[in-house]
Amino acid sequence: MTAEARHETAGERLAGLLLAPVRWGMNLIDRPMTWLQRRLGLGGVAAAFLAPNLLVFGIFVLFPMMLNVAYSFTGGGALFLNNRVFVGTLQYETLLSCRDFLDASSCREDRFWRAVGNTGFFVIVQVAALVLISLATALVLNREMRARGFWRAVFFFPVLLSPVVVALIWKWILQRNGLLNAVLVELSFEPTLWLVNRGWAMFWAIFLSIWAHLGFYTLILLAGLQAIPRELYEAAEMDGAPSWRVLTRITLPLLWPNLVVVILLALIRAVQVFDEVFVLTGGGPGTATLFLVQYIYETGLAQQVRNLGLASAASILMAAVLIVLTLVQLLASAWRERKEQR
Amino acid sequence: MSGIATFLTRRRGGASWHFTDVLAWIWLLAGLLLMFGPVVWLGLSSFKTRAALSEFPPTLLPYETSVVEVEGFDEPLPLYRVKTEDGEERLLVQVRRIGTVAQMADPEAPDEIIRVPLVAREPVREVRLATENYSTPFERYNFLRYFYNSVFVTVVATIITLIFNSMAAFALSKYQFKGRTAVLAVILATLMVPLSVIIVPLFSVINGLNLFNSLWGVILPTVATPTGVFLLRQYMLTIPDELLEAARMDHASEWKIYWRIVLPLAMPAVAVLAIFSVMWRWNDFLWPLIVLSDQELYTLQVGLNSFQGELNVQWHYVLAMTVVSMLPVVVIFAFLQRFITSGIASTGIK
Amino acid sequence: MSHLELKNVSKSFGPVEVLHQVDIEVKDKEFVVFVGPSGCGKSTLLRIIAGLEKATSGEVMLDGEVVNHLAAADRGLAMVFQSYALYPHMSVRQNLSFGLENTKTPKDKIEERVAEIARMLRIEELLARKPRQLSGGQRQRVAIGRAMVRRPGVFLLDEPLSNLDAELRVTMRAELAALHKRLDATMIYVTHDQTEAMTLADRIVVLRDGRVEQIGTPLELYNRPANRFVAGFIGAPHMNFLEGRFTGGDDGAARIELDGGHVLLLPIPARPEGEPITIGIRPHHIETEGGQARIPATVTLVEALGPETIVHAEAEGQPRIVAALAGQRSITSGNTISLALDERFLHAFDADGKRIEESRVAEEI
Repeated sequence: MTAEARHETAGERLAGLLLAPVRWGMNLIDRPMTWLQRRLGLGGVAAAFLAPNLLVFGIFVLFPMMLNVAYSFTGGGALFLNNRVFVGTLQYETLLSCRDFLDASSCREDRFWRAVGNTGFFVIVQVAALVLISLATALVLNREMRARGFWRAVFFFPVLLSPVVVALIWKWILQRNGLLNAVLVELSFEPTLWLVNRGWAMFWAIFLSIWAHLGFYTLILLAGLQAIPRELYEAAEMDGAPSWRVLTRITLPLLWPNLVVVILLALIRAVQVFDEVFVLTGGGPGTATLFLVQYIYETGLAQQVRNLGLASAASILMAAVLIVLTLVQLLASAWRERKEQR
Repeated sequence: MSGIATFLTRRRGGASWHFTDVLAWIWLLAGLLLMFGPVVWLGLSSFKTRAALSEFPPTLLPYETSVVEVEGFDEPLPLYRVKTEDGEERLLVQVRRIGTVAQMADPEAPDEIIRVPLVAREPVREVRLATENYSTPFERYNFLRYFYNSVFVTVVATIITLIFNSMAAFALSKYQFKGRTAVLAVILATLMVPLSVIIVPLFSVINGLNLFNSLWGVILPTVATPTGVFLLRQYMLTIPDELLEAARMDHASEWKIYWRIVLPLAMPAVAVLAIFSVMWRWNDFLWPLIVLSDQELYTLQVGLNSFQGELNVQWHYVLAMTVVSMLPVVVIFAFLQRFITSGIASTGIK
Repeated sequence: MSHLELKNVSKSFGPVEVLHQVDIEVKDKEFVVFVGPSGCGKSTLLRIIAGLEKATSGEVMLDGEVVNHLAAADRGLAMVFQSYALYPHMSVRQNLSFGLENTKTPKDKIEERVAEIARMLRIEELLARKPRQLSGGQRQRVAIGRAMVRRPGVFLLDEPLSNLDAELRVTMRAELAALHKRLDATMIYVTHDQTEAMTLADRIVVLRDGRVEQIGTPLELYNRPANRFVAGFIGAPHMNFLEGRFTGGDDGAARIELDGGHVLLLPIPARPEGEPITIGIRPHHIETEGGQARIPATVTLVEALGPETIVHAEAEGQPRIVAALAGQRSITSGNTISLALDERFLHAFDADGKRIEESRVAEEI
């Protein structure tokens, strides 16, 4: 033991102990990798480093993506592609055949159109409300205040909760004998069966997803706000600008790139709404809160008779929307970075 | 008291209150109530007995009727506060109930039966935590199993994610090779296609590989996250190439450069990914729901969902298990709040 | 034995050729400095020698063997990087021993070697520290120590002093020189600083735009620069260049008329009348009296340094002449003085900037 080794803290020694098997494993891999390096050079090493990730990626992401397209052109009940019947664009035709596109009940696959309608409504209302509330919260949290960390945590922590937990927390509050009805009765209102009423079920679906994700967007916007140089505000103060003008002329324009990214991220997420709402309402009452992912899940996997082809076709249509949104989002991110560099 | 008031009202520069200050405080307090309230309510409720949970209106704290051991009775008897006809208040135990009349007795003198109308008595209650809500699901139901499955999935998936993603990120950030741009583009492209879009074909892939109804079927599709590769690659790009060259001059093999130089230096990013990965895998719901059909293999989230979906919901257990399943996340957050929030703010991933 | 030879080495990055057929020979135990302005290819050349970069064509030979195909680690060289490239997460001790661990050196041997180096470089107390806890000079020492620990035959140093402040640079320069004597190893040193090159090198290689301009000992380069570029690059303050043209004379002496009308006789063969010529004279070879070639000039700036006085002046047709006059002078800007060029130290360059070889320059005394 050398003099320096004795300076090791207990934590470092513990870490060293924990890392010992890792070190052993890594040294084990060193040999074949070195051999590879000698045989194939740096290019070969790079391939070897990429291989595990790409392999898993190929099998479980890339291949299914292509498979998805193939499935959407087949029919029948078989699970594996080689046993399935090619049906051309039949599945898409089934999904898209409607006498009146504004009336879901006139469609062959009315559940799909109800899911589309519900998802569309959800996306518009949820994203609008979510972004506004996040923005307001970020603006409040950006003020000079004590214990900002605490307040940020208050708004942020639901982000980390699982969708099942989120749904159960609120399901418990919204149930017939729940806290909300108790408060209403206390204030001499009528108690309501929140999740049995179609309109209220949608309201709470939207409320829940805002409650759960609000903190995430607030955080991004808050980071954007804090990146605005203080001098700008001080200059505005010297100019005697009233606070609403500071907001509309300085804060919002400078925050705009972040806001665009937040809106697009929220859109992408909203289109995929499923977990919390599924646990909260199961899509009900009736089809009041049936969304696209649940439609795909039920049509393709959860029903007695699986209709993989139809589900695939529906997911391809959904993917198309997501791809467009993501492309726009990537462009917006690049644009934001360019702006920030300036 | 005035100290608290000045603390709460103190503002920057000691200026007077502006209406925006009032609005901000209203917003914060409403937020506190709406965001924190439900969780506190969950926590309080999870300690209530089944009987207390069905009460309406509910009480804030978990109360339970007090019981007293009385000589001559095998079971402890519930204690009541009784207003007798002469206006006197007495503590009596209920021996039995017949219609609207209760037969009660003084716990000191249990032989003398006193008849009391139901309206004239009120149970004596005390605060008691119904911890059996927590222990029974672990003993009688499968929750211990669910918990174990969730831990297994989370730990294994995170370890594999970290190793695979960091290796790929290393190759994509520190080597020039043909097809690098192509690989990057493919990974970027799949960022657009979330798992929820490919559940149908993925299900058949999992079946084809005989991974249906297995925890590995839950783990494997999640480990090659493009998000993780990108996060780590961005960070590794900031590690100077000269360090790698110095290591090469020092006779280090490429593998050694990866795990002795680059990986330790990328630790901040690896830690962020580790935290995210733990959160993702612990909270995953849709995919485990699809892959796992055997109760024994359910993760906590799936188990919880199936438990609450039963016809006769046993809320006292559901609530307690909900608390259990959010506990690890809350603990992580409590210790690593700053780390998590700055990680999200800088990377924009969740 | 560590004898290095570069034969016809070229390097291109895509369509851009950064090194053009470089030929250099470095003898055993020699201290060779590659010097040139930034972007001249000197660092690339060093990295090719190290094996971190592959030459597009040509051969790198170590002790008579072609090593082009050998990986960096297998060439038996050590390198000190400009940024030091110390592993930030390892202690100084670990930094020093990492290379030995990789070659599976026995533990006691590593300890012994690290201790020896630490003693030699006076960094014994720093062994437990992390690089970020060290000062610039200490980091520099560790970086050198890391190179020394494996006892390489050749040291490659890439601008190792450029991140230090001026004072420390002078100290470290001296230490490096001493170290070279003590280690008895071949050193190849890259810098853009000609003072470093002059003070450290046995031989200097001057590079520009990927070409070798001149190779020679510091004084050869100073006294007989092969071209205008080397003449201007080596020596501080820079050499003055006076433009002019041949106006007659014979094989023994040429008559040259400087722009502005002043006439000089130079002991070089005459060339056709009107051919341009550049006369070079170092600031230290200009006086205010004596000599034959005298040019009247107006002083624009005086820098009194104490032991010498630097005078910037303008003459007719010659925009800027700098003279370094010994001692302290009572000259102020605006004065008109007469600049006497010491004819023994005139350099002549032709229209292409090449030295007119016959031009006579006395060895400096």
